[in-house]
Amino acid sequence: MATKGKDAQSPLPDPQAQTESTAALLRELVAHLRQNRTQLREEWARRITRAQLLTAMTEEEIFAEATSVYDNYVEALETGTFEALQAYARNLSERIIPRGVETHEVVGIVLLLRDVLARSLFGKYHEDFDKLNRILDAYEPAANRIANTVAVGFVQERERIIRQQQEAIRELSTPVLQVRERLLILPIIGVIDPQRARQLTEQLLRAIRTNRAKVVVIDITGVAAMDSNVANHLVQTVEASRLLGATVIVTGLSPEIAQTLVTIGVDLSEMATVGDLQGGIEEAERLLGYKVVPLEELTPKA
Amino acid sequence: MEVPILKQGHYLIASIQSALTDADLSQLREALIERVGRFRARGVIVDVTALDVMDSFAVRTLRDIAHMARLRGAETVIVGIQPEVAFAMVQLGLTLKGVSTALDLEEGLAFLNVQTQLRIDRGPGRLDRG
Repeated sequence: MATKGKDAQSPLPDPQAQTESTAALLRELVAHLRQNRTQLREEWARRITRAQLLTAMTEEEIFAEATSVYDNYVEALETGTFEALQAYARNLSERIIPRGVETHEVVGIVLLLRDVLARSLFGKYHEDFDKLNRILDAYEPAANRIANTVAVGFVQERERIIRQQQEAIRELSTPVLQVRERLLILPIIGVIDPQRARQLTEQLLRAIRTNRAKVVVIDITGVAAMDSNVANHLVQTVEASRLLGATVIVTGLSPEIAQTLVTIGVDLSEMATVGDLQGGIEEAERLLGYKVVPLEELTPKA
Repeated sequence: MEVPILKQGHYLIASIQSALTDADLSQLREALIERVGRFRARGVIVDVTALDVMDSFAVRTLRDIAHMARLRGAETVIVGIQPEVAFAMVQLGLTLKGVSTALDLEEGLAFLNVQTQLRIDRGPGRLDRG
């Protein structure tokens, strides 16, 4: 609808006069929107449901949110300040992101509101074309800024959550554990990207030094997929550990990973591999000269 | 700067104290190989703990020392590579293939003890069995 208003645009009055009247026009606009609050709000909620946006929320919830968005919207139009709206958008995003609301839905409902209001303005002023033009000139830039503010607020909140989660995952992702004197295990779970591979290697090398480790068992049972990049990282980790005098045993290569590695032709001949973590630890103990025997074998038989 | 080479039992220990130029490295290589023969050494330890950078020439020289010493009858072990250095070396593809490494001097000595003991154990036994 907004574009229709633009199509009908007559030559603009001089810019100075326009700026002066913008405030007055916005005041008139806000009064109109306040007056028709109930009806416009319902129209908006109806169109949200019809467009199948916010499907994760019930109709009552949509209506409740629509009411507060509407009020905030009108207030932003009235005051021309966006802080309150920004804070509200952030708060709203915080509540609806965990429920799976997508970016296109948020942008969609704000644009719908813009549309509903423009249509109502069109209905009110269609008799006086010149006035309609000036009203839309005042309304559109403000409405665009509001849409922009809400969308950016939503995306920023989403990105903040993603960053937070990445941080949490990174901190949890690389435990280097000592299971015996001079024997470390490094269980790797999840996806290995270059950054994580680097961090993993650095942490392992530091741990080898502080624990004076001679053997390291890297268990990759929890790694779902592996490509040539990840395989090369693994080879690099093994080689770097060797430079520090530690032998690395890799355990837990799944059948899929074994097939992929052979198919893509990664050379793992330098790497000692053992089927599972238990086998790896047994092999490591053998290298270190440990022997684990049941207690009854130790007690001499009478 | 010249690298001091100490004799300790059957082993030679070269402890690098500071960053070396290419000429210093070549000089170290020549001195070590010459002394392996003179002292009838069974093992060589090169301690690089003090190095925080290792370029391709240094890595190649270390590898050459290991191979040359082996030809002269001594086993070589490089000790004390720093974690950051190891990481950088691997990224550059400088992996010291075929050269033994150990965490520090103590580990290096233990490694050489095992290594030379194996050779002594194996030597006459094989002839007897043959």
